Amino acid sequence: MDLNFTADELAFREEVRAFLREHLPQELSDRVKNGLAVRVEDYRWWQKVLFERGWGAPTWPKEFGGTGWDPVRLHIFEEELALAGAPKPVPFGLRMVGPVIIAFGNAEQQKRFLPRILNAEDWWCQGYSEPGAGSDLASLKTRAERHGDYYIVNGQKTWNTMGQHANWIFCLVRTDPNAPKPQQGISFLLIDMKTPGITVRPIVTLDGAHEVNEVWFENVKVPVENRIGEENKGWTYAKFLLGHERTSIAGIGSSKRELGRLKAIAQNETKNGRPLIEDPFFAARIAQVEIDLMALEITALRALSAESKNRAPGPEASILKIKGTEIQQALSELLMYAVGSYALPFERSSADENDFASVAGPDYAAPLAGTYCNMRKVTIYGGSNEIQRNIIAQMVLGL
Amino acid sequence: MHFTFTDEQQLLADTVQRFVREHYSFEDRREILSSPEGWSRAIWQELAGLGLTAINVPEEHGGLGAGPVETMLVMNAFGAGLLLEPYLSAAVLAPSLIAQLGDSDVAAELLPQIAAGELIAIVAHQEPQTRGKLNSIATRAEKNGDGYVLQGKKNVVAHAPAANEFLVTARTSGKATDTAGVRVFRVPTDASGLKITAYRTLDGTRAADLELDRVRLPTSSLVGADSDGFAAIEAAHHVAVSALCAEAVGIMKAVNATTVEYTKNRKQFGQPISRFQVLQHRMVDMFIQAEQATSMSYLAAIKCQDADPSARRRALSAAKCVIGQAGRFIAQQAVQLHGGMGMTDELMVSHYFKRLTAIDLTWGDADFHLQQFAESLRT
Repeated sequence: MDLNFTADELAFREEVRAFLREHLPQELSDRVKNGLAVRVEDYRWWQKVLFERGWGAPTWPKEFGGTGWDPVRLHIFEEELALAGAPKPVPFGLRMVGPVIIAFGNAEQQKRFLPRILNAEDWWCQGYSEPGAGSDLASLKTRAERHGDYYIVNGQKTWNTMGQHANWIFCLVRTDPNAPKPQQGISFLLIDMKTPGITVRPIVTLDGAHEVNEVWFENVKVPVENRIGEENKGWTYAKFLLGHERTSIAGIGSSKRELGRLKAIAQNETKNGRPLIEDPFFAARIAQVEIDLMALEITALRALSAESKNRAPGPEASILKIKGTEIQQALSELLMYAVGSYALPFERSSADENDFASVAGPDYAAPLAGTYCNMRKVTIYGGSNEIQRNIIAQMVLGL
Repeated sequence: MHFTFTDEQQLLADTVQRFVREHYSFEDRREILSSPEGWSRAIWQELAGLGLTAINVPEEHGGLGAGPVETMLVMNAFGAGLLLEPYLSAAVLAPSLIAQLGDSDVAAELLPQIAAGELIAIVAHQEPQTRGKLNSIATRAEKNGDGYVLQGKKNVVAHAPAANEFLVTARTSGKATDTAGVRVFRVPTDASGLKITAYRTLDGTRAADLELDRVRLPTSSLVGADSDGFAAIEAAHHVAVSALCAEAVGIMKAVNATTVEYTKNRKQFGQPISRFQVLQHRMVDMFIQAEQATSMSYLAAIKCQDADPSARRRALSAAKCVIGQAGRFIAQQAVQLHGGMGMTDELMVSHYFKRLTAIDLTWGDADFHLQQFAESLRT
């Protein structure tokens, strides 16, 4: 056993750092580090920069334009990007539909879609949840009826993140309503968002942001060639995708960055005339999160190490999702409480509806309550933490 | 010992609850929230008509001279409806402070107007470094000829944009945390040198920062020249903290009820999600926390006018600590149990979430009051 990185791995870390020093603009990394909204054009631009360096798809195999890195390198890469304040990769193409197309798509689909994900020409969004199908995803009702070379899709998807920017959506649809089990009648379709009959409606969340949408389908014509794999086998692909989603949610790198920000703010804020970080009570709260994060990082590295020995990532990935999201929420909570009464001013910027305006108090205080509100989502999405516990109970403990 | 309310108190509670039900639906509230002022003068007049603005005004000044228990019952109902009107600031804190200062001229001038709902006086006490510690006041009032000059900054003053006049605390002597030397001054909203920066807060309340740059005031603006300013300020805040705790309890009960209802109606895996034991136990914990919070809100109401300041401090810190912790747990779990729906602006639950969060951040959060309580063990 060795908890240290090899010389090769350390050299790789240096290579990533040097790249970031050279290519990541200060203005963009400041936005990320201060919890401000990243602009859509910046997400695209940054993906192109990574693509040009050959790092566009760190998790994909080399033959599809990926890096072919082992999980330890992947971990180092993601951590360095997060610490440096690089925009978090938008997961829907790279981490979700991309791996599905690689594993289950045909050669034609791979050729058509993968390069456009890599170079950020396409922006994908997710059509999974429905108003009546959340934790119980398999009960989804969006219907796709076969008419010759086309499916006609009718129904409604919800909690569609950033779909207002997307030109493609991957959807779970019901192709056989009479299948003996709900999981058996589902297919996986790729749908052009410009197809007539698709309507995207914003959902305003508790922090006042427009991040998620409802997507309505009314007689939407989808070519059969846009189906992934076999008809009625979509649930297999959906579960594969959810596994990928779960491991990418842990967010260890970004939590380390937020921990650093928390310490900096606690150093700057004062309580009883002393830096807040010297208050034993608050210091203990920070220490608790840092310790939890240390444990999670080693747990994640253990999981990665098992994966690199070709043992597939198991249901243990749910541990990473549960603890990772709990830590993210704890950090957002402490960041808010660190600034005391100046957490309360809550005004959106007139220039950008997704930004907060600094109307009173230190600039760094402005987005903190909004982030605290927004972070409530992390224990709900990607399979709620209750569902993750069910997975561990059933698949790991055999209960 | 008993926990029953008098017939008059019960009637008051029923009246206010009915008023909130009939006048403060989710849609009514949404309209008020997005209006330019962020609160409704029409509703305010109705509250005055019901006598609610007179509760904390002594009878001799045209008030009802009722107490913290009556205020608690009102605030329970206001919590359930998430009222946006400046009741806590203008009908609890301000009249309590004026009454405590014992300045009979000022009391005779202001309290009848407050009781009638005609005057919105806003106490501007908190400063950026205060962080719950009521005696941490840096704003200075220097004696200058036949008056005072105020210099300093007040921050996140709830409902400040609604003020007809301010009651600003400032020290005429002493260091930044001394209790001696802290005084209360009447400051007109258009005073020269007073800069008001108004904004919305997390829960939709309107608030402001006040910067006082060489604000000149006549000697007569000092309220209660013969009284202990800080003792009055602290006593008034204790009454207001008790009211705030009651508002939080009103929210907790309402949000727990909507969560139970939601889980009974939301079906997944072929059954209402309320059948899942893990969610049942979560809601049981939410219920228990709300009951503990209710108990501490009762304690706060009974103790907030205790003659012994150290007994008051202990009780109020204990109450605010429990309310803060319970509020955080209940708010977070209510959103979690509503799933994605809990994240939307469209349901009351997210608005309850934000108000409970804001309440914890007001007048010292749960950790602050836990520390205050711990410090009281030493003496």
